[in-house]
Amino acid sequence: MVPITTLHYLVTAAALFVLGVIGVLTRRNVVIVLMSIELILNAVNLNLVAFSRIWGLHGQIFAIFVITDAAAEAAVGLGILIAFFRNKETVNVDEVDLLKW
Amino acid sequence: MLDYITSYLGMNTTPGQAGNIFWAVVYILVVFGGVSVAVMAMNWLERKALAHFQIRLGPMRVGPHGLLQPIADALKLFTKEDIIPDQADKFVFWIAPLIILCASFTVYIVVPFGPTHAITDLNIGILFMLGVSSLSVLGVVMAGWASNSHYPLIGALRSSAQMVSYEVAMGMAVVSAILMTSLHGLGAYGVAAHSTGTGTLSMIGIVQAQQEQQVWFLFKFFPLGLIAFVIFAVAMVAETNRAPFDLPEAESELTAGFHTEYSGLRWSLFMLGEYAAMIAVSSIAVTLWMGGWLRPFPNTLTGDTWDLVFALLPGAIFVALATIAFVGVARMPKHPYFRIQTLGLAGFGVVLGLIGVVLFLPPVRDRIQDIFWFIAKVGVFMYLYIWYRATWPRYRFDQLMKVGWKVLLPIGIGVLILTAILGVLL
Amino acid sequence: MQPAAVATPFFFYMLSGLTLLSGVLVITRKNPVHSALALILGLLAQAGLYLMLYAPFVAGVQIILYAGGIMVLFLFVIMLVNIERSQKEEQFNRQWVVGIVAAAALGVLFVLVYIKGHDLFPPHSFVPPENSNTQQVGVMLYGQYLFAFEIASLLLLVAIIGAVVMAKKRI
Repeated sequence: MVPITTLHYLVTAAALFVLGVIGVLTRRNVVIVLMSIELILNAVNLNLVAFSRIWGLHGQIFAIFVITDAAAEAAVGLGILIAFFRNKETVNVDEVDLLKW
Repeated sequence: MLDYITSYLGMNTTPGQAGNIFWAVVYILVVFGGVSVAVMAMNWLERKALAHFQIRLGPMRVGPHGLLQPIADALKLFTKEDIIPDQADKFVFWIAPLIILCASFTVYIVVPFGPTHAITDLNIGILFMLGVSSLSVLGVVMAGWASNSHYPLIGALRSSAQMVSYEVAMGMAVVSAILMTSLHGLGAYGVAAHSTGTGTLSMIGIVQAQQEQQVWFLFKFFPLGLIAFVIFAVAMVAETNRAPFDLPEAESELTAGFHTEYSGLRWSLFMLGEYAAMIAVSSIAVTLWMGGWLRPFPNTLTGDTWDLVFALLPGAIFVALATIAFVGVARMPKHPYFRIQTLGLAGFGVVLGLIGVVLFLPPVRDRIQDIFWFIAKVGVFMYLYIWYRATWPRYRFDQLMKVGWKVLLPIGIGVLILTAILGVLL
Repeated sequence: MQPAAVATPFFFYMLSGLTLLSGVLVITRKNPVHSALALILGLLAQAGLYLMLYAPFVAGVQIILYAGGIMVLFLFVIMLVNIERSQKEEQFNRQWVVGIVAAAALGVLFVLVYIKGHDLFPPHSFVPPENSNTQQVGVMLYGQYLFAFEIASLLLLVAIIGAVVMAKKRI
């Protein structure tokens, strides 16, 4: 069998990233869009930790900071969602059009 | 084959660290079986102890003194009809108890019963235990949501909010105990001449740090260790939704909370997961503050005679239990109706006595020490759980959240800061 | 074959397959709770991948924070805003073709980067010792990256206040 190199991890991370981008661009449900954003952040984390195996622990530290920021962003994003849901009773992104002409 | 087994007895690491799959699987099966038996024994003990606290007798009918009651309960639960609510989400309804069960049982991978008696010793042992035990919150939330009924939903929301709040206080107490592993009381901060000098997150390493420093972390930097232990003890009772923090699942409040709609085998999985989580967090408390597998007073009561006294203690305890069983046999009514129960209790006493005699033998005696002391300390915590349930009234939910965030968390942070300052100064 | 040589590819393919499968499930399920469950599975599989990359501390942090914290938050909010009507409506928006084309272009870009830049990074030239990973991460976090650490804690404070203010009924 081919020994597992860094490239394998990078390809996995890239595939996860593309899946997350598809989720963000094609879904209507806001919660699923937010979860796809978490997928993207996870792909970036996997990339960072895969490279930290070659070049030192800085990648892991950055990954920890990314996880922290993902928590903060998820909290704020879901707060916005709740605030909007209280207004308009919908969870679809294309119905968030109060400021449209 | 036989020398494979005897060669194992000379191993000096855990099977997981040695990469020994066979013994790791044997350990996993033994721990799994042991925890299941412990859960059943805990069920019996809870009913009997609660009954005696309330001046009644508890189950007496099923086996001698109700000893077979857990088996009867298990049989009843297995044969009950499996009811799923109408509009419930079937997949989530099915998977919620499994998540709680898996999260509660995965924790036992790192529980150290002795210096080499663990399934494995992860370097992030305590982090792993805290993380995996926080996954049971997900199971609770999903169980409440999938039941499609408002009592379980409110119960699940309250229960998960409570568990998440007390996890933070638990984390603070755990971090101050981890800090103590690297702070040798009268030495330079963090620098030690021993091989396990630097602080460690591994469970076996924490107990070895207590062994090197010759002090249980309960008494280290007195009273900081004690306060941290009390914070953890309170938080662990709240984390497992037990009295006095059992508002989400109390019968008079919310008709059993998030597991209202579960019947039969699924409910028994919840109960199994809850008791397993209780034993797991008790083993965290024992490992971090009460010296894990170390026998009491290792530093003051030293010497061969004291070692022999403490080595004979397991056998003595089992022989004492056998004596209590025989006293119970003598006090059984002499009616022929009770003949089978008398015979059963006498048989139970004989088994206990045989175990006690086996534990007196020198080869078994030396090896069983660590495991015995660990299980004894965890057993004390289990009895304390039942004692709390019998004596203390329930917290109201807002009082519960207030205690978690406004009392335990500031005290925990204060203990952490003071531990760090004392560690640097001393 | 030695156990280690077989174990690493087996575990890698299993864990990365689980991660990608969970990614596909997240973006295709109608029920947001099923998506959340799939994401939890993906996060746990990714923690396994971190363990294979000799990063046990990041794996522990991922399990505690991501799977045990953020996903609980997601499940709470899903329970609050879950309306049955939204599961019977159209799940994919009108621009889904353009979205998939854009993502495919991104994927092609990644493939080109990896093919052309393959020789830029050596396979494994630094094997960090596994038993002191937490200690080294701690030393770096409180030494070299102390400023970023404090800023991250400030960020979390701002996020807490922001989320509480936005989700309140009356400010």
